[in-house]
Amino acid sequence: MDFQVVVLAGGFSKSLVPLVSKEVPKALLPVANRPVLSYVLDLLEQKSLKDLIVVVEGETAALSVSAWISSTYIDRLHVEVAAVPEDVGTAGAIRAIHHRLTAKDILVVSGDLVCDVPPGAVAAAHRRHDAVVTALLCSAPVSGPSDSGSSGAKDKAKKPGRYNIIALDPTKQFLLHIAAGAEVEKDIRVQKSILRAVSQMEIRSDLMDAHVYAFKRSILQDVLNQKETYQSLRRDVLPYLVRSQLRSELLSNGVQSEENGNGKDAMQNVKILPSQLLANASTPSFHELYPLGPDGSASMTRKTHKCCVYIANKSKYCARLNSIQAFSDINRDVVGDANHLSGYSFSVHNNVIHPSAVLGSKTTVGPQCVLGDGSQMGDKCSVKKSVIGRHCRIGSNVKVVSSVIMDHVTIGDGCSIQGSVICSNVQLQDRVILKDCQVGAGFVVTAGSEYKAESLAKKEKL
Amino acid sequence: MDPRRVPRTVSDPKVRQVGFFAPPDRSQSGPPAPISSSPPVSEISPSGNSLSPVMIPPPRNLSSDMSRHFPPAPISPLRRGRGAADSSIPVGSYNPSEFISPTATADFSEDALSPGWSRKGNSAKFASSLPTGGIGMVKQNKVPASGLTMVSTVRMPKAIKEKERVSMEEVQMEQQPGDSKPLKEKTTKAERRALQEAQRAAKAAAKPEGSKAQAAASGVNAVNASPGKVPKATPSKKDSSSVVASEKRGGDRQPDKDRKKDVPHPRMQFDDENRVEKAKKRSVVRQTEARSRVELFRHLPQYEHGTRLPDLESRFFQLDPIHPAVYKVGVRYLSGDISGGNSRCIAMLQAFQESIRDYSTPPEKSLIRDLTTKINGYVSFLIECRPLSISMGNAIRFLKTRINKLVLNLSESEAKSSILLDIDRFINEKIILADKVIVKHAVTKIRDGDVLLTYGSSSVVEMILLHAHELGKQFRVVIVDSRPKLEGQMLLRRLVRQGISCTYTHINAVSYVMLEVTRVLLGASSVLSNGTVYSRVGTASVAMVAHQFHVPVLICCEAYKFHERVQLDSICSNELGDPDAIARVSGRTEINYLEGWTNSENLQLLNLIYDVTPSDYVSMIITDYGMIPPTSVPVIVREYQREHLWI
Repeated sequence: MDFQVVVLAGGFSKSLVPLVSKEVPKALLPVANRPVLSYVLDLLEQKSLKDLIVVVEGETAALSVSAWISSTYIDRLHVEVAAVPEDVGTAGAIRAIHHRLTAKDILVVSGDLVCDVPPGAVAAAHRRHDAVVTALLCSAPVSGPSDSGSSGAKDKAKKPGRYNIIALDPTKQFLLHIAAGAEVEKDIRVQKSILRAVSQMEIRSDLMDAHVYAFKRSILQDVLNQKETYQSLRRDVLPYLVRSQLRSELLSNGVQSEENGNGKDAMQNVKILPSQLLANASTPSFHELYPLGPDGSASMTRKTHKCCVYIANKSKYCARLNSIQAFSDINRDVVGDANHLSGYSFSVHNNVIHPSAVLGSKTTVGPQCVLGDGSQMGDKCSVKKSVIGRHCRIGSNVKVVSSVIMDHVTIGDGCSIQGSVICSNVQLQDRVILKDCQVGAGFVVTAGSEYKAESLAKKEKL
Repeated sequence: MDPRRVPRTVSDPKVRQVGFFAPPDRSQSGPPAPISSSPPVSEISPSGNSLSPVMIPPPRNLSSDMSRHFPPAPISPLRRGRGAADSSIPVGSYNPSEFISPTATADFSEDALSPGWSRKGNSAKFASSLPTGGIGMVKQNKVPASGLTMVSTVRMPKAIKEKERVSMEEVQMEQQPGDSKPLKEKTTKAERRALQEAQRAAKAAAKPEGSKAQAAASGVNAVNASPGKVPKATPSKKDSSSVVASEKRGGDRQPDKDRKKDVPHPRMQFDDENRVEKAKKRSVVRQTEARSRVELFRHLPQYEHGTRLPDLESRFFQLDPIHPAVYKVGVRYLSGDISGGNSRCIAMLQAFQESIRDYSTPPEKSLIRDLTTKINGYVSFLIECRPLSISMGNAIRFLKTRINKLVLNLSESEAKSSILLDIDRFINEKIILADKVIVKHAVTKIRDGDVLLTYGSSSVVEMILLHAHELGKQFRVVIVDSRPKLEGQMLLRRLVRQGISCTYTHINAVSYVMLEVTRVLLGASSVLSNGTVYSRVGTASVAMVAHQFHVPVLICCEAYKFHERVQLDSICSNELGDPDAIARVSGRTEINYLEGWTNSENLQLLNLIYDVTPSDYVSMIITDYGMIPPTSVPVIVREYQREHLWI
């Protein structure tokens, strides 16, 4: 279908310290015991998109990601892993691989996306309107699932910045304004010209930018070449395209002027052209109406381009793993409400216990839990709404609630872990009590210690 | 599939043979003559091939008939093939698949009706569509020989129904190859053994999976056909299938996926459940039939609105055989972004051009055949998005003729450029130039002081009005519009922009507004050979009112939209729009009396797209061949057709 897919897998995201480390880049963080990148790749593979470019920040991260991809998807997908320098931003990443992009349109997907929205829908909306950019928007979780447990209410306050202010036209197909929540101060500035053209604007804050964009390749490359300071697709390129949609300088040269501007060229000629016939027949969006002026006099022809959105159905799950809170939320949802994403078949008790896992006597594993292969649990343990990785050794009388425990973790007797994330190779000695903590890889928590809402990690030797 | 196969389980093969030719009075009409199947086919083919001027809709009671003849089950594969060939007889001449090359048709199942198919008159060809079905069965059952018995039953209801239309003598002839004696003796020991083993295996398979209708059916079938019980029927049935098998080796085999590219019959009767089932299986766009449909219009496709677009969108990347340009056009049809006969036709042709530009002939295939198959696939995709307009049907027919008429020794690039040129020429001559000529003619009919009334938004009428305005004629325009599309508003906008003085009203007020009107200018989707004008719904009322007020009605229509079909009402061929569109009132959300109407059993909404204006109401038809009375349409159709084929 003449689409190329670029997966931006990121590198060692600072916002996820201490979860990420040299060994585990962001893309390989486990969600329900599978790297988060696998959710995107599986989604694409399911939609028979088999040729992918995965862009990873940093050489070491790229190595580990490509090693993982080649071992997992060896004959299922054709993946190119490209390493770009760190801190170039998403726009920089695209700039760095621009020579590999050849197709007419490019689908840029964030590697930390966990969703079941078909990417084809975005691409189709993009093609249908001949848009320059099409963004996937999903409804942001309004107040979180009610069963979010103890980790819920308090942390909600921490992340107001995740929401965007998004303005749409009445048909909900075109993007008129976008601003990330963090940039929104007291008021938002909406361009008068756009408002005049559309005459009606819907401003919403309940939508989330899922970071799945379809770009017209030539346009994207033009923008990236012209605006060298642009760092991020989401924060710089997309708002720029949206801002300039009614006075586009992009289409003045190149092939696109033919495609997008044909309606307007035809207006100038008195001759009957098929394109005019087509333009007259199709329902005009405001883009076509605007150049004609408010009173219908075609005083001047203006170049316009379209920025479209595809709004995912409310029933679809969509989340980005871009914060620690999101990490535990996604882990909870993937084994809970959105468990069709995880790819596991859940047992009658609504949990997954690998056959090779060993449970002691009187140990209960509640619903919405995943227990990885080779893990051992002692007696009288209780696990609720948690994910436990592979080859963990858990002693007796351990309580694990709403937590994520990665691989090769050793937990001593009598520990209580609540709402926490424990990375690989961590050792918790006996009677440790953790509440809402993050424990970095390889950390050793001494016996009897008690932490609350802290981030524990080895000192980085950078 | 399942409901079809289940009744068969109770029937004894011997009984089946009788019951299959069901009405006993008819089956005794003549002694079976030992003739092979091909002669009747060739006899039929001319009638199927020639473009019959009169379209007779198939009898409505077919489905009930069918259910009556349903239980008697399997037919020999040859019979099934015959069904495919015969079904082209009642088809109207409006059939985009008419110029399909033999390769394309070889894999056609009975819905895709092609005269090319019957012209072949070759039973091997008919049989060649079987292997796909047969092989599929074999795979499911994992029993090769039981597949043979299954094959004969795969599509029997259709064949049974088709039989109704064929004269009984032919049926009797048909029957011959199935159970004539010489064939019976062909059974070899190995074959018998294979069959027996297959039956055993099928029986074993049937036991554990009783719930699975597939397995169950094959199992029972095997029981029925077991030699002890019915010694005679088994070998004969098997013979026929073995004959088919040998014939299929000779015929060219089609890959299974090509079956998907079959063009569904453009005028398929959607009240026939079996056909709908079948079409659904084949379709690219997943469709949900709307539940409450108006009784009289059940034969027209109507889908649950709003389900098709998201589905099509979500499978964007899985539709590999569909070229992106074609896909885009299809989605825009589906979402209603493009409407209007001319623009839909141009958009489609341009998409085809683009796809042909990107086309390269696969090795060991000929461009003519492969490209035709490709185009067929695109066309069926477009039909699923929205039923073709007559203008599009004619354009497709033109394109296929051009492809088929290509000189064989052309290189690929030459052939492609010649087709591209042909399409360009079609657009330019048949649409653009035709419009110019129509404008030139029509402008002479506009005098100073005229009040012109138009309905909806027709591209030609718009050009006429604009051109007359440019010429400095003093006239006024009344634009009559109707819900739910309100297309007239766009026309109004463009006319007002040019400084033409306009009146805008809705169709409710047409009788009042008609008093001052001096001419009515209307566009048309098609003009049929009895002078009937097929156009946007509401045109007929406007024309009728104008007729009553003795206002001349001028229909402006390009000749490429003419069609030799005859239609007397708007029922037998029409298109249904989204019923929600008329249930809603745009801009007034508080008017929601019909909210949730789909849940109501005894409420059906009818949103017709087209209607038919009888020729009595039409004073004149303005085409690119001049201004003609409606009675002269057949002449144009005849002349145009000839020219069109022999360019």
